[in-house]
Amino acid sequence: MHEEVLDNGLRVLVQEMHTAPLASVWCWYRVGSKDETTGLTGISHWVEHMNFKGTTNIPRDKVKGIIEQFGGYWNGYTWIDQTTYTETATREALDRMLFIESERMASCLYDPVDCESERTVIIAELQGGENDPDTLLDQELMAAAFRAHPYRHPTIGWLSDLQSMTREDLYGHYRRFYVPNNATLVIVGDVDTSDAMKDVVRHFGGIAPGDVGRRAHTKEPAQLGERRVTVSREGTTGYVKLGYHAPAVGDADFFPMLALDAVLTGAKGVNVWASFRTPPPQRSARLYRALVNTGLASSVMGNLVPTAEPFLYTISITVTQGTALARVEEAARAELERVGAHGITEPELLKARKQLVARLVFENDSITNVGHQLGYFETVASWRLCGRLRERIEDVTAEQVAAAAAARLKASSLTVGWYEPLPIGTGEPVSGQGASAGPVSPMGVR
Amino acid sequence: MTTATQRGLAPVREVADNGAVLIAKESPTTPAVTLHASLRAGTIVDPPGGAGTAHFLSRVLDRGTATRDVDQIAEELDGRGASLTTAVNRHALSLVCTCLVEDLAPILALLADIIEHPAFPEHEVETRRREIVTLIRQDEDNPAVMAPERLMAVLYGEAHPYGMRPKGSVDTVQRIDRVALQRFHAERVRPATLSLVMVGDVAPARAIDMANAAFGSWHAAAHAPTVLAPVPPAAERRVHVIPMMNKAQADIAYGFVSILRSDPAYDAYWMMNNILGQYSLGGRLGDSIRERQGMAYYVFSALDANVIPGPLMIRAGVSPANVDRTVASIDEELAKLAEEGPTDAELVESKQYLIGSMPRNLETNLGIAAFLQTVEFFGLGLDYDLRVPERLQGVTRDEIHEAARRTLVPSRATIVVAGPYAGGVR
Repeated sequence: MHEEVLDNGLRVLVQEMHTAPLASVWCWYRVGSKDETTGLTGISHWVEHMNFKGTTNIPRDKVKGIIEQFGGYWNGYTWIDQTTYTETATREALDRMLFIESERMASCLYDPVDCESERTVIIAELQGGENDPDTLLDQELMAAAFRAHPYRHPTIGWLSDLQSMTREDLYGHYRRFYVPNNATLVIVGDVDTSDAMKDVVRHFGGIAPGDVGRRAHTKEPAQLGERRVTVSREGTTGYVKLGYHAPAVGDADFFPMLALDAVLTGAKGVNVWASFRTPPPQRSARLYRALVNTGLASSVMGNLVPTAEPFLYTISITVTQGTALARVEEAARAELERVGAHGITEPELLKARKQLVARLVFENDSITNVGHQLGYFETVASWRLCGRLRERIEDVTAEQVAAAAAARLKASSLTVGWYEPLPIGTGEPVSGQGASAGPVSPMGVR
Repeated sequence: MTTATQRGLAPVREVADNGAVLIAKESPTTPAVTLHASLRAGTIVDPPGGAGTAHFLSRVLDRGTATRDVDQIAEELDGRGASLTTAVNRHALSLVCTCLVEDLAPILALLADIIEHPAFPEHEVETRRREIVTLIRQDEDNPAVMAPERLMAVLYGEAHPYGMRPKGSVDTVQRIDRVALQRFHAERVRPATLSLVMVGDVAPARAIDMANAAFGSWHAAAHAPTVLAPVPPAAERRVHVIPMMNKAQADIAYGFVSILRSDPAYDAYWMMNNILGQYSLGGRLGDSIRERQGMAYYVFSALDANVIPGPLMIRAGVSPANVDRTVASIDEELAKLAEEGPTDAELVESKQYLIGSMPRNLETNLGIAAFLQTVEFFGLGLDYDLRVPERLQGVTRDEIHEAARRTLVPSRATIVVAGPYAGGVR
């Protein structure tokens, strides 16, 4: 691994991997929905969309095809801590990819007509998310679990903010955060490090650093008791979601919690770009046995993600037809209380470790995924953590897991969400309140 | 240096004594192996009145065998960090599993046991039935499922295997019992219907030896191949609306019956579809409906040329206020491509993209395994990856124009709108 910081503050990571004649570039910015204020929620994600719409040296009508002609793929996403852009293409396209990212950093156009046209695209994205009951419930849960910390805002934003934001708001946000000293550039693949660094300096060396200004330092105040939210909407299916305040990636109990989640719902790994596309090994997991094998639920999924600040550990349950939501909640909480009181067994710990280590192997199967992990961890903590993940997982003890379960899975740390389906034809039409809770991407469903 | 692209995948293929096809490809990127088992037991062979049987089988197949109960299977998989995904589509029941290379032999043995000797415990059948009913009810509340499912029913007819709902209905699923699942398994899951692809950090000869050891003792006569009736393209325009007033966004599915995978015009259709609704951000449709008019977050087209002429389907998710304008824009783009054909620039760009993207699509074990299953299913030949560039290079502008003229006829389109829309799009 080659690490270098340019004079303008741009951190560059280059990892050679000669497994396929491909190169992957990721450019990461420390800006996400946690950097947004009321009135401007969703701005980071909208800015991301605008950064695919032409630059000083890439005219609007030349965007289409600029990477596709190299057989390449490009995309990006925005989430709570980060905004990122990626291209993967044949290695011959490396210079082109770096050119695109340098233009994106410094020279995007923000044509007023394009800003307006994209407003309705993003509102369509929001409405598509609202069609999904799980997304609606997730958004309600986050807004209830966080009172003060900006993690409470959905990344796609609140509808009225999307309707009222201006081109100047967007451009101001772009100019503030898209500076080299707020970015990490990652290059992985069939490249030569010294050649790649020369290209990086040529494309990025002349971009001036900037001042991103003061960031909010709001800490979520301690929760004083259990919280509950209910979404009552027309629908066919009930959902229950439990959210507990979780450790940040840098906290001592993050890895014990990761093992705990593996015991409860099967290991997911730590790659939000790749891991969630493969279902976890969960047939023998505690909550799967308690809820799915008993016929109370048709699915259960735990979600603990590495984040810069303490986020939420969520357990999402789809309730089977004819089962009362209260019964499902009760069964889930009984399991969580049991693990909080008695911890996990040594065989469970060994299984969790094996699952997590296997996921590390599986989620590094492409240069795109390797590049994602380096940049992701550098943005929320440090890229060096990538190389220590296995060690951190193998160091987890059953005592640490028990302590984490006892400390974290308390009713006073819990927000419970119910999606209560009303018979079709009896409720209110969905009015367009909100959002999608996970990472949002500009490319849509392909 | 000779790259993988120049050499091609060059997988090793062997037909076992019992008729099973075993395919192996070495790929040392990670110390892992992806197993992709495909059985010709998809939803098209659901028995009469038993819509949803193949899907039901996929949910219960791995929940107990003659010698392993459901907990033992769960422990064997979870203890190795391996997740087994069972899925069904119209033609195939598939079992996909990625494991560490050290676990390959026991995972293969487990896979063989699951495929050959499922026990269908009564309790598991009932538990999975509740899951399936919940899945069907979720689908019924999802415009993005309802629109394309209805489109298939209208294009092919509700009684045609392509037109039936893949999971069946709550009614049909209630009627599928343990005996029906056993019968379906005995008839449809046989060695000659299996193709097993293994991709990962293991020498092909060794992988095939291990697969032979796992599946070699399985014997059953081959089942007569299923013949599907082709359906002619529609003669007129048809529009169906599924009102779902509790939703925020409407889903549009707009399609045609297209061509056979074996049609000589397939490569031209592939490129036509790329230009129409794939290239960059959704091809011409994306340019118009998303980029210029700002109406949709997603719009694209998908071509499924198959063993009978399969669907070419356009999908978009839009605000209910924009349904009419979106359908009119789709009409306009199709008519234009059919009338004028692609531009020379589009021809070049699409070729560059489709050829250039092959190394990327074949980078991961799973990507390679899925590709090799397609090659096997359609009998495309083990060197197909090497022949694709030449085939695409040979496609002319006129051939793409002819493909568009043949299929993209708005006056013969079938259109389904599902969502909070009660309007009268025509």
